[in-house]
Amino acid sequence: MRDFSYLRADNIEAARNAAALPGAMLLAGGTTLVDLAKCGVAEPATVIDISHIEGLAAIDVGADRAIIGALAKMSHVADHAGVKSLFPAVSEALWQAASAQLRNMATIGGNLMQRTRCPYFRDPQNFPACNKRAPGSGCSAIGGVTRGHAVLGTSEACIATYPGDLAIALVAFDAEVDLGGRKLKVEDFFLAPGATAEREHDIHPGEVITAIEIPGSAAARRSTYIKVRDRQSYEFAAASAAVGLELEGDGRTIRDIRVALGGVATRPWRARAVEDALKGKTLAEDTVRKASELAMQGAVDHGANHYKIALGPRVIARAILKLGATA
Amino acid sequence: MTVHDMKHADSDSARLEAVGGRLSRVDGPAKITGAAHYAVEQQLEGLTHAVLVGATIAAGKVTAIDSRAAQTAPGVLAVLTPDTIMELNGASDWLGNPPTQATYSPLVREVTFSGQHIAAVVAETFEQAVAAAALVKVWYDETPAIVDLSDRRAGDGIPIDAMTKEWGDAEAAFAEAPVRICTAYNTPREFQAAMEPHGLIARWQGDELTIWEPSQWLDGMARTYAEWFGVPFENVRLVSPYIGGGFGSKALALAHSAVAAAAAKMLNRPVKLVLNRPQNFTSYGGRAATRQTVAIGADREGRIQSIVHRGVNETAVDGMWVEPLGSVTSIMYATPNFSSKQNVVRVNTVVPGAKRAPGENPSAFGIECAIDELAHELGIDPLEMRLINYAEQDPHAKKPWSTRQLREAFAAGAEAFGWAKRSPAPRSMRDGHQLIGWGVAAGTYPVRRAYGEAVVKILADGSVEVESSSIDMGQGTYTILAQTAAETLGVPVEQVSVKLGDSHFARAGVTGGSRLAGVMTGAVHKAAGQALDELIGLALSDPASPFHGLQANTLHVRDGRIASPRGEGPELSIAAFMRAVGRDHIEARGDTVPANFTPEQRYNNYTTIATAIPHTEGDYSRHSWCAHFVEVHVDEDFGTVRVSRVVSALDSGRLYNPKLAESQWKGGIIMGIGQALLEEGIVDRRHGRIVNGNLADYMLPTNADIPDIRTISVGIPDPHSSALGGKGVGELGIVGVAPAIANAVFHATGKRVRDLPITLEKLI
Repeated sequence: MRDFSYLRADNIEAARNAAALPGAMLLAGGTTLVDLAKCGVAEPATVIDISHIEGLAAIDVGADRAIIGALAKMSHVADHAGVKSLFPAVSEALWQAASAQLRNMATIGGNLMQRTRCPYFRDPQNFPACNKRAPGSGCSAIGGVTRGHAVLGTSEACIATYPGDLAIALVAFDAEVDLGGRKLKVEDFFLAPGATAEREHDIHPGEVITAIEIPGSAAARRSTYIKVRDRQSYEFAAASAAVGLELEGDGRTIRDIRVALGGVATRPWRARAVEDALKGKTLAEDTVRKASELAMQGAVDHGANHYKIALGPRVIARAILKLGATA
Repeated sequence: MTVHDMKHADSDSARLEAVGGRLSRVDGPAKITGAAHYAVEQQLEGLTHAVLVGATIAAGKVTAIDSRAAQTAPGVLAVLTPDTIMELNGASDWLGNPPTQATYSPLVREVTFSGQHIAAVVAETFEQAVAAAALVKVWYDETPAIVDLSDRRAGDGIPIDAMTKEWGDAEAAFAEAPVRICTAYNTPREFQAAMEPHGLIARWQGDELTIWEPSQWLDGMARTYAEWFGVPFENVRLVSPYIGGGFGSKALALAHSAVAAAAAKMLNRPVKLVLNRPQNFTSYGGRAATRQTVAIGADREGRIQSIVHRGVNETAVDGMWVEPLGSVTSIMYATPNFSSKQNVVRVNTVVPGAKRAPGENPSAFGIECAIDELAHELGIDPLEMRLINYAEQDPHAKKPWSTRQLREAFAAGAEAFGWAKRSPAPRSMRDGHQLIGWGVAAGTYPVRRAYGEAVVKILADGSVEVESSSIDMGQGTYTILAQTAAETLGVPVEQVSVKLGDSHFARAGVTGGSRLAGVMTGAVHKAAGQALDELIGLALSDPASPFHGLQANTLHVRDGRIASPRGEGPELSIAAFMRAVGRDHIEARGDTVPANFTPEQRYNNYTTIATAIPHTEGDYSRHSWCAHFVEVHVDEDFGTVRVSRVVSALDSGRLYNPKLAESQWKGGIIMGIGQALLEEGIVDRRHGRIVNGNLADYMLPTNADIPDIRTISVGIPDPHSSALGGKGVGELGIVGVAPAIANAVFHATGKRVRDLPITLEKLI
């Protein structure tokens, strides 16, 4: 960790101004920034502490939408009664993320800025080549240990998996991120690596996430998040799925369905092919399993992560069938 | 030093303080309130901080080091490299073998594994040292590395003849057996991953060295430091009051220890060096990766005719570690024909080391899975299979067991688990998407014995002090030694304080191989007995004693009060008696060392493991035993395995403190769950480097992964194993857990996973 300047921003304007400084990084819960600074990945020139800004931690939930302040803690959102009843997948995604200690510190805005767990990205001393850290230097992961790496949305520049849980649910329900001056879909906020792996988010110097807005829907109300991992807690997903389901009055025809995948792609992955294949169909195990396979269209594995291609659709199918069974 | 308040005992036993009572850990409150200061928390005037620079290649030469930028960085006091660090003497190994080389440098030019220490930066603050260490530039001439056992260039390795165990004609009997299985089992590189990292503070005062360092073996490590620096053994003092987990890794002074002590000498300032978490995966060895093949031939009734076993473990290019893979194979089951041989293969890794039940642990994984496979082949219940082949005596040593309550363990465990309700066919039990499997496996660990020493002091106020340079790494030494002294002397346990973890106390050998409790309860029992004899002798003979002239040839001490056996004469407290005779203390140094030992032999007894007593010495073969019954849930779609129930019945002989023994057993079982399902050091084959060297990616079980664990003690006092009748506890619990889980996974899924850990991609 090298020396840096510390600035405390007392209001959002001060934060935006400071965030425009070269080498500036925002500090909220600190669970990502401090970690990455310790392993030598983040070397901020200036750390701008936004954790004291008032009015950014509100959680406002109604039937039509939820607005969650950027400084709301993961644990508070996970435990919020309105979130639990109107957006259960959001609550479940948060509960299954990280550990209790981390959830008590980490904020919702910071959660969106969480970076990949690719071990090559996180070890600059031993693996200088990483297109995320040093554009054009190459990818150390390709040809290396790839059990946790992505099978969807990869490029020759980067195969690092997006590690978060919350954003999977946000993408499924068309949530937007509020950057003050502009709003955009969370799905568009996260960028696929392409040839510019260093650009992970559509955010510019001087912009600060202030809130997340999730539109309410019948599918969001009947939703779930299933996370498959090697151990039961404190681990990133081998594969996960956020699914929302709305049935017709007959209780078995699918009117609306939302499907997003985590743990298998370079960014939160909306599986529209699965949604399109199931809309208007009758809910049945065979149909669901077959449609879920479509999520893996275009998947490319790197050996040890091959299992994700089989696992991803099974997680989707489990989530859909679970929602279907709890009419 | 360390004094613990004893007034927080359980109320579920009237005699908590006695040996065998369920006294809670006396060091517990100090630990949970933060009052317990660990070795590297020592606050010293003028403390400096050292940070290591590790090799980024696995094999080759360091051709140049540019440390100019680091040297001029803020706060930097020194940059040590192979060229600038002081030369140390070679030191003898843990068996006491003399050094193979006259000099030793803990910083190297010839790199044999990734992460090996090349340089170190010492600065006024830790942050300055970290920042400067990142400025050290190293150039290498890299050569191809052999990354692990599966590397084709590794070859068959070196035969270790001392590991060969054979009787009968195993190959021929196997070939003729009507039923045969032959299977291969692999275990990966695993790490101790103690919560407390390795590290130390070193301070020189003249030619006297004080080291604050977590240690499982103060005297052995003090010997190494003394030899490295050419100072008398007595000039080195190691202090290690608490250890935040060792699991076998903290018994030796290591290269980073030498760097810190050398830096302190060169700078004439105290130096603190703590390994960061990734360095804890490359600076000392975890469990070596192993490969085994187990061939078993049996008749159609399931009686074993022959076992042919071959094992391989990895070791380092520049160091030897043998993980004895035939240790359980050769004693668990009766067989007329047997053959076990083992090779080691050199790969580019740090020298592997001891991790909980080294040898027995992977050995049991092989034989206990194989016997399950044979049972399935024959259609015999796996528990019945084990009873059919029950070894009534040690099949290898051909001696009777001192005690072997394994049959009792199988019976008690099966009863508590409900084994009789098991549906025999694989994949025949389920709950929704969860396939349910039940598995069983046995475990064992030899009784390792050594000689010990302790000082017991009775003080003027009637309180008692016990001193020993042994240690407590959480297993309960403070507590059971207090219980032993209290019972032997007849004083309440709250009057006893135990002082450990200082090499200037009465000497002790290594805390490892589950030997400490047996050794030290014996030594304390003896020293306390001597102190009691002296107290009573004084009471009867001193003219100032109120008991002087009493027609009694002995006295009793109960609850800290002295009285005659028949009650005539006075009764008074030890404190009142000490006042009456004007003594400020009575001190006894007791040991169990043979009287004919020379001073050299006594020294070696504490500073090497060369004088350990074989477990098959004399007329008996001495081992602890256990049987684990495990239930798993395997998700049929996801392949995820969760252990949902564990019942283990264990024979550790007499338990000095059942509460602490159960805690150690459960700790071992939890570690076994991690071994079975999660733990694996993953190597990048291009670079020969561990890529998951941190506690997020090196997977250990969380609380959510651990079900209710029931342990049942089936032990009986074993007079051949220790003075007070106990056998080993700490290592035993893990042995057999991984095969019990693997067998349960087979029962759940019909799929046999023979490579640990059993991760989800192996089941989908």
